[in-house]
Amino acid sequence: MEARAFNDISYERFLGEDKLMGSRCQKCGALSVPPRSICIECYGSEMEWVEMKGKGKLAAFTCIAIGPPLMIEEGYDRKHPYVSGVVELEEGLRVVARIEGVDGNKPETIKIGTPLKAEFLHRGEGENRTTFLAFRPS
Amino acid sequence: MRGPRKLGRGVAVVGAGMSKFGMFGDKDSKYLFAEAFHEMLSTVDKGMDPGDIDALYLGNFTNDFFVHQGHWGPIISDLLGLTPKPATRTEGACAASALAFREGVFAIASGFYDLVLVGGVEDMSKRSTEDVTQGLAMAASPYEVRAGFTFPGVFGAMATAYFARYGASREHLANVTIKSHNNARLNPKAQFNVSIRDIMNQRIEKAKNKEEPPPAWTDEKEFLRDPRANPVVAWPMHLYDCCPISDGASCVLLVTEEIARDFTDNPLYVVGIGQGSGKGLHAKEDLTYFEATRYAAQEAYGLSGLKPEDVQIAEVHDCFSIAEIVHIEDLGFFKPGEGYKAVEEGLTRLDGSKPINTSGGLKCKGHPVGATGTGQLVEIWKQLRGEAGERQVPIKDLRVGAAQSLGGTGGTCTLTILERR
Repeated sequence: MEARAFNDISYERFLGEDKLMGSRCQKCGALSVPPRSICIECYGSEMEWVEMKGKGKLAAFTCIAIGPPLMIEEGYDRKHPYVSGVVELEEGLRVVARIEGVDGNKPETIKIGTPLKAEFLHRGEGENRTTFLAFRPS
Repeated sequence: MRGPRKLGRGVAVVGAGMSKFGMFGDKDSKYLFAEAFHEMLSTVDKGMDPGDIDALYLGNFTNDFFVHQGHWGPIISDLLGLTPKPATRTEGACAASALAFREGVFAIASGFYDLVLVGGVEDMSKRSTEDVTQGLAMAASPYEVRAGFTFPGVFGAMATAYFARYGASREHLANVTIKSHNNARLNPKAQFNVSIRDIMNQRIEKAKNKEEPPPAWTDEKEFLRDPRANPVVAWPMHLYDCCPISDGASCVLLVTEEIARDFTDNPLYVVGIGQGSGKGLHAKEDLTYFEATRYAAQEAYGLSGLKPEDVQIAEVHDCFSIAEIVHIEDLGFFKPGEGYKAVEEGLTRLDGSKPINTSGGLKCKGHPVGATGTGQLVEIWKQLRGEAGERQVPIKDLRVGAAQSLGGTGGTCTLTILERR
């Protein structure tokens, strides 16, 4: 794998390639998602990339009726809320992500602990292409 | 920590004032700060000469974005005729003026200054709700924004984690909202100085005037359950779980302890200050508390030698109803998972054993973000001096009050403890 800086720019690029990547400290083995360029366990700075399996479970969520312009452009509004959540990965770390495949109008049907798998939402083309991390029930 | 925290010399609050909080199309930051400053001057019992102020520390978060004007320190310094005295702006998102207060305390405790004005201001209401939501999200972590989170969303997610852990529900959040409105009803400076019952009666009256069938809510909880009255913002946060968009300003005058009685026979002493920082939502070790608040509390209690049970009243940063429940646990007033029960039992009401947010809190008093930290201290000032009027808590020998602020999604948290001697 080509050398990529352990930062948010690389993290986003990997998402664009359908990969959820974290960093592992080569000295003490501490994992971090999104990646860190400095280990906050041992302050080592030699990192390596590790791909997460993309499996996890729902730790917390919210159904958002009043979203930012970015989400309004995607067609979400007060009648069509979207769901954002915190996902606990099998690797033991948590990420924040959009939650797909659940009904934002029926929050009572969304259960904490639900098993989820990662997916990658690509939006826009060319220079404007961007990818959002999402999870859906597996 | 290497050894206990200490202040080089004692610091006292000898004046405190705030503007009315609300949405004011015709009032800008300067006008609002002048209003707060003017009230502060009137509260200094023995009077003071503004020319004696050595420095200004000013909290402000969003004015760069919302009114396209930065660098507010010297603007306010000039407004008050304080130039060429130094003016420093502090930014800690919604805790901005709590940081100004802290810097002011350090500046006096170090021996450098004797009189410092600290305060905050924010002008938010002249933009759309979407703009304000996006602007405030600048204080979240970039990952949260990418995942679609808004501020109500972050606190909504924390609420789902809290509910799942402790068995609480939306009904318990309603208890916080009802209490906040009952307190704010007695606070003329509050943006919403009406009870939920008042709002229900207004709606029923309105329907009658339009000759429509009046809503048949039996009590406040049923009103809050009604999606037409209380729509979802970011489930489980509904409209009445969220603080409003507000304009306002507040300030307090700090002096070194030795000269405090030159200004008043009833100063409040700064006995505890604490501040912590916290991680983004994904990296928090637990989604049901704020490590930054716990750290700030540890620092402030350590400095003061006081325990949570010694704090008789507190203003806490209830930007969302769930936040009030989490904060009163993080500050040690109630055990983790028991805050919502304490609210339900009425312990945090004006007449309870631990009154919380007697001002109506951010929810009802309003939350002009930069003005909130020192605004909370204005309420503690009034309560500890017995000047809170109709909402004066009935605690005998009221001496110790605290204010807790939170910035962002828990990235900056503070606790300040004041004591009347």
